[in-house]
Amino acid sequence: MSEAAAPAPAPGLSREGWTNLVLLALLGGAGLLFAVLGQTFFVNLASRVAILAMAGVGLNLALGYGGMVSFGHAAFFGLGGYVAGIAAFHAFDRSLFMGWPVEIGGTDAMLAIWPLAMGVSALAALGIGALSLRTSGVYFIMITLAFAQMIYYFAISWPAYGGEDGLSIYVRNSFPGVDVYDPLQFFALCFGALLVALGITSRLTAARFGAALAMARLNETRLATAGIRPFPVRLAAFVISAAITGWAGALFADLNGFVSPTMLSWPMSGELIVFCILGGVGRLCGPVAGAAAFVLLEHFVGGVTERWQLVLGLILLGAVLFARGGIVGAVAGRGRHD
Amino acid sequence: MTAALLVEQLLNGLQLGVMLFLTAAGLTLVFGVMGLINLAHGSLYMTGAFVCALVAGVTGSFWVGLVAGALAAAAAGALVELTVIRRLYDRDHLDQVLATFALILIFSEGTRWIYGAQPLWLDVPEALSGAVTLPGGARYPLYRLAIILAGLAVALGLHLLIARTRLGMRIRAGESDREMIGALGVDIGRLYTAVFALGAGLAGLAGAMVGALQSVQVGMGEPVLILAFVVIVIGGIGSVTGALVGAVLVGVTDTLGRVFLPMAFAQVMPPAEASGVGSALASVLIYVLMAGVLIWRPQGLFPAP
Repeated sequence: MSEAAAPAPAPGLSREGWTNLVLLALLGGAGLLFAVLGQTFFVNLASRVAILAMAGVGLNLALGYGGMVSFGHAAFFGLGGYVAGIAAFHAFDRSLFMGWPVEIGGTDAMLAIWPLAMGVSALAALGIGALSLRTSGVYFIMITLAFAQMIYYFAISWPAYGGEDGLSIYVRNSFPGVDVYDPLQFFALCFGALLVALGITSRLTAARFGAALAMARLNETRLATAGIRPFPVRLAAFVISAAITGWAGALFADLNGFVSPTMLSWPMSGELIVFCILGGVGRLCGPVAGAAAFVLLEHFVGGVTERWQLVLGLILLGAVLFARGGIVGAVAGRGRHD
Repeated sequence: MTAALLVEQLLNGLQLGVMLFLTAAGLTLVFGVMGLINLAHGSLYMTGAFVCALVAGVTGSFWVGLVAGALAAAAAGALVELTVIRRLYDRDHLDQVLATFALILIFSEGTRWIYGAQPLWLDVPEALSGAVTLPGGARYPLYRLAIILAGLAVALGLHLLIARTRLGMRIRAGESDREMIGALGVDIGRLYTAVFALGAGLAGLAGAMVGALQSVQVGMGEPVLILAFVVIVIGGIGSVTGALVGAVLVGVTDTLGRVFLPMAFAQVMPPAEASGVGSALASVLIYVLMAGVLIWRPQGLFPAP
C-alpha cells in the first residue's frame, strides 16, 4: 500500500517524472513554436492532441488505475461535446432548452459549459457504472460498449439536435479574458485543462483513494478485508473518469465547431483505449504520449496513403503482441505493478 | 390488419433473432472455451457476406456463394487464430480487446482495398424469391422464412454437435477444465483452432444470408457484433442455449419496438413528433432490456457453470 501511495513529485524527480515533464514540455513547446511560426494548422493539431490526451487521461483513471476496461468512454466524450453544442445552439438562436418547470436557455460561456459537461457525463457514468460494475471482466467490456451504443443510437434518432447530421457550433464558446479564435490562446486553454486533469489524477492516485482503487484492481478480497468495500471506490473512480472525459468532449466540440454522433461511436471508444495502451496503461502521462503518437501517425501516414487504418491496425497489433508497457513504459522503465 | 401486421413483425423479429444467434453462438463458444473476447467477429461476418456476393456474382449461383462465404469465413477465422489469436489466450482482456480492435481495422481496410468502397448487392435466389400467404392472410417473403428455418436447423445441428459428437465432448470438456483435457491427450491447439473456425463459419453463414437482404459493405459487421454482445450478456456468456434465447428476445424486442412504439406515440401526439420520439425510444429498447436482465440476473439468463 505504501508503495502505491508514494507520489513522485519534486524535489527528486523519478525517471517517470522526468519523462512526464519532457512530454508536457514538448507538447506545450510545440504549440508555442508553431504559433510563433504562424503555422495555425499545427497549433490546432497540438490543441487536438491536448484534448484527446485529456480524454485519455480520464479513461486512464478507470482503465489503468482501476482496471475497469471501459469500452464505452466515447459516450462521455460525446455527451460532453453535445452539452457544448446544445448550449451554444440555444445561445445562438436565443431559444430555450426547456420552458417548464423552469426556463433554461443556452449559454456560450465555457465556464458554465464545462461544469455542465462534467456533470452530465458524471451523471450518465453513475447510472452506467452502477449497472455495469455489478459485473466484471468481459461482461463489463461488453456492457459499457452496449450502453455507449444506446446513447449513440439515441443521438442518431433524436431529431431535435441534428440527429445523424450533427450540430454545428457557429460561434466558438467564450472564456473571460481569452480570444478563443486565436489558435495559441485556444491551445493554452486546452493545455491548461489537460494539466488540471493530470493534476486531479495525480492527486487522486497519490491519496488513500488511489491506494484503495489500486487494491480493488490487484486484489479485491484484500481490500474488502481491510474494511473498504470495492464497489463504491470503483464507482467513484468511474464517475470521475467520465467527468474528465466529458470535459475533454466539450473542448473537442469547440475545437471542431461541430458535434456529431461520431463522437459517441464505438471506434471513438476504441481510439481512447488505444491512447492509453499505446502510451502506457496506468502511467500518469501515458495517454499524452499515446494521443500525440496517434495524431502524428494519423497526420503523416494519412498524408502518404489513404490506407492509414490498415497501417494503424498493424502497428497496434505489433504493439500488443510484442511491445508491452507502451511508450512511457519503454522510456521510463516498467511500472510498479506490471 | 393488426393481427396480420403483428404476425409479420414477429416473423421479422424471429429472422433477426436467428441471424443474431448465428453470430452470437461463435462469440459465446470462443469465450466459453478459450476465455477470449473477440471484437473481430463482426469482420468474419462481413467476410462471409463479401465472398458470397463475389462468388455468387461470378458463378451466377447464390448457393455456391453461400457455401463459399461460410467456408471463406471459417478459413479466415482459422488463419487469424493461428497467426494472432492464439498468442492472446493467456493475456488479459485489455490486450485481447486492443488486438482484436486492430484486426477490425485491418479487415475493414483490407476489404475496402480488395473490393473497393462501393457496396455490393446480392440477389435473393430464384427458388426463394416469392412470397407465401400466412394463415392470417398476410403475404410474407419466402426468403426470410427460409432464413428462419435455416437458422433453426443450424441451432439444432449445433446442439447435436455439442451434445453428441466427440468434438462436442471436447468442447464441453474445454469449457470446464482446459488443463485437464490437455493432460488427457487432446491437442488443445487444434481444438482451439477448430472452435474458432466453427464460430467464424457460423458468422460467415449469417453474413452471407443477410447479404441478400441488405447491401454488402464495409462496416456491416460491427452493428451486428454489438447486438451479439447484448445477446450474450442477456443469455449468459458461454451458454449456447442462452445465446439462442437472448437472440430471439433481442430480435423480437427490437423489431416490434421499431414498428409499434411510433404507432403507440401517434395515439397521443402529432404524427411527426411521434415518429421521432418513438423511433428514438425504440432504438434504446434492447439496451433497457439488457439493463433489466442485469439488475435481475447479473450473470445472464443461463449462467455458464
